[in-house]
Amino acid sequence: MKVEREELLHIAKLANLKINEEEIDDYLLNLQDILNFANIVNDAPVEGLKETVGSDDRYNVFRKDEVKEFEDEESLLQNAPEKENHMFKIPKVL
Amino acid sequence: MNITELTVHELKEKLDKKELTITEITKAYVDRINEKEKDVQSFVTTLTDEAIEKSKKIEEKLKNNENLGKYAGIPIGIKDNMCTKGIKTTCSSRMLENFISPYDGTVVNRVINEENMIDLGKLNMDEFAMGSSTETSYFKKTKNPWDLRKVPGGSSGGSAAAVAANMVPWALGSDTGGSIRQPASLCGVVGLKPTYGLVSRYGLVAFASSLDQIGPITKDVRDAAMLLSIIAGHDEKDTTSANIPKKDYTKALKNDVNGLKIGVPKEFFGEGINEEVKESINKAIEKYKELGAIVEETSLDVAEYALATYYIIACAEASSNLGRFDGIRYGYRTKNFTDLQEIYENSRSEGFGAEVKRRIILGTYVLSSGYYDAYYKKAQQVRTLVKNEFAKNLSKYDVLLTPTSPTTAFKLGEKSNNPLEMYLADICTVSVNIAGLPGLSIPCGVDKSGMPIGMQLIGKAFDEETILNAGYTFEQAYKFREKYKPDFKGGNN
Repeated sequence: MKVEREELLHIAKLANLKINEEEIDDYLLNLQDILNFANIVNDAPVEGLKETVGSDDRYNVFRKDEVKEFEDEESLLQNAPEKENHMFKIPKVL
Repeated sequence: MNITELTVHELKEKLDKKELTITEITKAYVDRINEKEKDVQSFVTTLTDEAIEKSKKIEEKLKNNENLGKYAGIPIGIKDNMCTKGIKTTCSSRMLENFISPYDGTVVNRVINEENMIDLGKLNMDEFAMGSSTETSYFKKTKNPWDLRKVPGGSSGGSAAAVAANMVPWALGSDTGGSIRQPASLCGVVGLKPTYGLVSRYGLVAFASSLDQIGPITKDVRDAAMLLSIIAGHDEKDTTSANIPKKDYTKALKNDVNGLKIGVPKEFFGEGINEEVKESINKAIEKYKELGAIVEETSLDVAEYALATYYIIACAEASSNLGRFDGIRYGYRTKNFTDLQEIYENSRSEGFGAEVKRRIILGTYVLSSGYYDAYYKKAQQVRTLVKNEFAKNLSKYDVLLTPTSPTTAFKLGEKSNNPLEMYLADICTVSVNIAGLPGLSIPCGVDKSGMPIGMQLIGKAFDEETILNAGYTFEQAYKFREKYKPDFKGGNN
């Protein structure tokens, strides 16, 4: 499958990434290269095989839904680029 | 006696006999870091002053007969994608350059808080563990101690290089597609990727959650068995953590492979594999036969499918896992924005390096509507195929033996402009992650230029004992560490 420039930009947008004009050709080339290689999965003899989601078959591991206090709240906020009144701060949305 | 050349079990023996003290050991490692780190560049953060302080405290406590854990006072290095409370955890990314974790990950908690080991620092890696040479690190390029012009492998390149250079006695790495085993192979040390689920991933910065696994990088197999015994075990904070009893893996080291059935998949010796690597592995096979193992050629025709599948699944999972980095709660935030969307886009575009962005884009592509069936769904089916093929082989054999890496260490810069070629460095290791099995890499020779060659032993799920014993038995017979040592050639001084 050939990846078009517009498609790359659309995908980048979905991923919240910006690609500079001068990087586009590089990304296109690399993505195309890797996808051409990845295409061999379509030659694999997988007729009738189920999909494996994880490395093992265990599913839905349950535990009690209990509230546990995290005592060091300050440390959770210390990494925030911007905060105010004990909250994360972002630019106006509306 | 050169303290930093000793393995951990040797250090432990000398500590028990009171021939060495904890402060002497720590001091020796700090001196070694001060001497060699400028050449090797394996740390993102060094904790040498803190280590000396802690060693004194531990020695004091031990004098007062406090019970601190079997390996109290033994130094360790930790890959910089494992959360350490109060100490930076950067993932070698600009995105997390100043990130300080509010908590310790489960494995870090076990080694540092429960065992009271001494953290010598956080080790360099490919950015977010994406790479096979440690060159995608935002901070520095780690060099291979066997030849400073060459890469240490990756992504746990800092861990493997630091162990090889005797700057840490052992280290923690993580392996998503070969990131413990391949650098261990390229640096002439031992690396173990445990069965998926054996070691908790809580506090390991996620790359591809269905493949990631923490494991030991050590000087020899006994040390790997010891460190695995500490870090393995159920953790309710990781829902994929297996609920099986803790074991002492050193009990499996019998120095006997008589009657052990070893399968050698012929597809792992194809055209992409370097001749000297093949030769060295073949000699190892002969050695196993001499030691009484039953070795047979077998077929496991999945390596290429597995590699393609790996890059589809790992990138898909990464694109989702790395969605959390948005410049709001933690991590890099751009200075250049007018609205929320621009914070997201610019923070991510400026905070992530090229390889990380490439993988996020690939992952987003294979998950996007129109391509999901052709790539992602197909890859999940191939995953079943890979698991089945391994299961078939492991019903006939106790262990599968392959090269760890198709080549020995390559030159810095040699592959960094060709992502696909770099991906091929993982051809022998990724299928093991896809199948969720344990894989051990141990040194089995050197090439003409003196660079180490590693062989990989693959076992049944949760049967680390068999591959550890097989590796140990070869190691005792071959004595790699007595024959070869890194000589830091190719440096400036």
